[in-house]
Amino acid sequence: MAQFRLPPNSRIRKGRHFAAPEGAGNVRRFVIYRYDPDSGENPRMDTYDVNMDGCGPMVLDVLIKIKNEIDPTLTFRRSCREGICGSCAMNIDGGNTLACTKAADSISGDVSIYPLPHMSVVKDLVPDLTNFYAQYASIRPWLQARTPPPPDRERLQSKEEQELIDEPAACILCACCSTSCPSYWWNSDRYLGPAALLAAYRWLVDSRDEAKGERLDELEDPFRLYRCHTIMNCTNTCPKGLNPARAIAETKKMLLERRH
Amino acid sequence: MSDYEFVDHSHDVVVIGAGGAGLRSTFGLAQAGFTTACITKVFPTRSHTVAAQGGISAALGNMGVDDWRWHMYDTVKGSDWLGDQDAIEYMCKEAPDAVIELEHYGVPFSRTEQGLIYQRPFGGMTTHFGEGIAQRTCAAADRTGHAILHTLYQQSLKHDAEFYIEYFAIDLIMDDTGACRGVVALDLATGRLHRFRAHQVILATGGYGRAYFSCTSAHTCTGDGNAMVLRAGLPLQDMEFVQFHPTGIYGAGCLITEGVRGEGGYLTNGDGERFMERYAPNAKDLASRDVVSRSMTIEIREGRGVGRDKDHIHLHLEHLGPEVIEERLPGIAESARIFAGVDVTRSPIPVLPTVHYNMGGIPTNYLGEVVTLKDGDPESAVPGLMAVGEAACVSVHGANRLGSNSLLDLVVFGRAAAKHCAATMQPGARHAPLSSDAGQNSVDRLDRLRNARGSRPTSEIRLEMQKLMQNHAAVFRTGETLEEGAQLLRKTYASFDDVAVSDRSLVWNTDLVETLELENLLQNAVATIESAANRKESRGAHAREDYPERDDENWMKHTLCWVGGPGTVCFDYRPVHRETLTDEVEAIPPKARVY
Repeated sequence: MAQFRLPPNSRIRKGRHFAAPEGAGNVRRFVIYRYDPDSGENPRMDTYDVNMDGCGPMVLDVLIKIKNEIDPTLTFRRSCREGICGSCAMNIDGGNTLACTKAADSISGDVSIYPLPHMSVVKDLVPDLTNFYAQYASIRPWLQARTPPPPDRERLQSKEEQELIDEPAACILCACCSTSCPSYWWNSDRYLGPAALLAAYRWLVDSRDEAKGERLDELEDPFRLYRCHTIMNCTNTCPKGLNPARAIAETKKMLLERRH
Repeated sequence: MSDYEFVDHSHDVVVIGAGGAGLRSTFGLAQAGFTTACITKVFPTRSHTVAAQGGISAALGNMGVDDWRWHMYDTVKGSDWLGDQDAIEYMCKEAPDAVIELEHYGVPFSRTEQGLIYQRPFGGMTTHFGEGIAQRTCAAADRTGHAILHTLYQQSLKHDAEFYIEYFAIDLIMDDTGACRGVVALDLATGRLHRFRAHQVILATGGYGRAYFSCTSAHTCTGDGNAMVLRAGLPLQDMEFVQFHPTGIYGAGCLITEGVRGEGGYLTNGDGERFMERYAPNAKDLASRDVVSRSMTIEIREGRGVGRDKDHIHLHLEHLGPEVIEERLPGIAESARIFAGVDVTRSPIPVLPTVHYNMGGIPTNYLGEVVTLKDGDPESAVPGLMAVGEAACVSVHGANRLGSNSLLDLVVFGRAAAKHCAATMQPGARHAPLSSDAGQNSVDRLDRLRNARGSRPTSEIRLEMQKLMQNHAAVFRTGETLEEGAQLLRKTYASFDDVAVSDRSLVWNTDLVETLELENLLQNAVATIESAANRKESRGAHAREDYPERDDENWMKHTLCWVGGPGTVCFDYRPVHRETLTDEVEAIPPKARVY
């Protein structure tokens, strides 16, 4: 029998409501996914009415304000708060992005916040990224070269060659792209997903790397690479403005060219 | 007590922290055949090294003549002669090799027309001992830290290093002889305690910028290793030296790299004047950071700030043109747009000096060994304990660090620590048994805070500490403000006994972790403000208005500060190493510091 509903222990319930303090003028409502594995209870949506006066502009500022002033049990990852470490990736107002660079006033109405979609949830907004990291490691994301480098100076690389790796190397491994991909939702056990494929592409186009053939061999697989169906959610959602979909398309092209 | 059974581990070496220094040590050790555990509270590429922007210094000479001796001269002068010249010589001499090694690992450095690593000018970096402007700072656009940290993590994967990710280190295990034998850490995902036994523990835990209200540092920069060292009864060194970066974004505090000024950007005051020409006629906007931050503060104080409240300064890069900005400073354009609402091709960025870096930390020698003053010996190494990176005070930065010398510090001394282990230890050596109560200090600390049912939430005490540090230990200091600040901080610290932790769960309890971090921050803050009150001179980043001159006769020495509790600090001193390591270079005698 096909299952049409979430299993009972995954159904989200209505949670607590934290009203704004009296007299607060500039109030916005944040509806946030909560799950505490210690409690044995189902996940719930808690509602926080937050006084935005004296609060920073970003959604991360709001989450920190909630944790500091309303509910210290609210749990999320955060670190650099400037969009470079990739810790605070989450689903905000229906899209995957970084809480630290997403301005609250770019969203209209109530703001809903969930963990990255389709991942096991460790607690509240903290997803389990073990598989995501393992996939990154599986593409052997380091320079491979048989030719030894010059002993006392750098390998030469032209500006044009460097430009090819500049963008794909700027990935922050936040997992927004992979967890926005329907194909990754269904097949994350075997499909590498856009982030790992972007990382693979970064080495495929690095003029200093000499393992292009082996790298392509590894990718030539109906699942690892070819579960990409060009849905383009990855490129659409990337908070750094990178283009994993194009990297995947280019990789497919390399494989095609190799065959002919 | 069944909540707190240990999961036991034994390794040759344990590294705490997975930023640039921690990762460079970790895979260096793995490469040398040591079983190595790297314990980190965040996934390695989330460490704060990732946020470094402008570059890493090394006298490669790709963009003009250069010599590591000039780099050494600049660093000694930048340190206001508080840096140890043996360590500085080692760092500057090793720099080209360390950076070439990074390129060989695959760091995506920007390139020159000849295909060499691109280098940009940076504050305080000169040629011919102060004569010309050097282009010495190797850059990967304006995300050099990101490029290096990701590459170091990739090398760690290549060498199959063993990681314990999202584990929070609580305290060191010290034995009766004063040797370090390991560390206890909390696995955030399960709430279980792990006891790591090791012949060598390397602290690579970074700085403690979050002791201040406005800083460029990540939320995770809480000085955990520094505080562990204090609780082990060991001193911290030169904690009064806190670097304010001239260009944090006004309001948000996010960093805008000095590389902007390296590429030709400049600062103006409310009159539209390029005021740095008055303060540093030669180096102008590329004077060292302490000088620029003080100049900006004076401009604002004297009513020449910009904005409605005349409380900040403008940083211009409009004149550089969209091509240069897109190629060399794309991250800055993005940060300015997001956090200041500014299009840098059209308008200046509002900036303010913002807490950025801790020159002080755990005293070490150039090999990475933690040292202390013991039985009159200021170079006494603590067995089993090393420190690298921002957590360490080698001291290569002395009283003021030059921009792009910190990424260099990370890789040079991260590598040096691994080399020193390889030279002095055998992989797989037998471990002596730990005493039965080893790790009990960590259990006690955890248990006390996990069940803390006081009346003051963690966030309230933290904010009080941050505001107080911001107001009392700022760019300019006086004995009066420092004493007052120290007194208030004693009260704030004492109120930590009354802290309230609300989250009682075991899994991913960030309320508990923030409380453990707050205790660490408080101890760092106490050491900082007390050391600042104690040092009665002005040197580098420590600018005392009541003692405006540098006093080499009485104060050319490293402060050692022990912190016992809220009110119990004591001081002693270590001499500055004024001699070089080898005869390849002459020691640089102190003189007046003019830019």
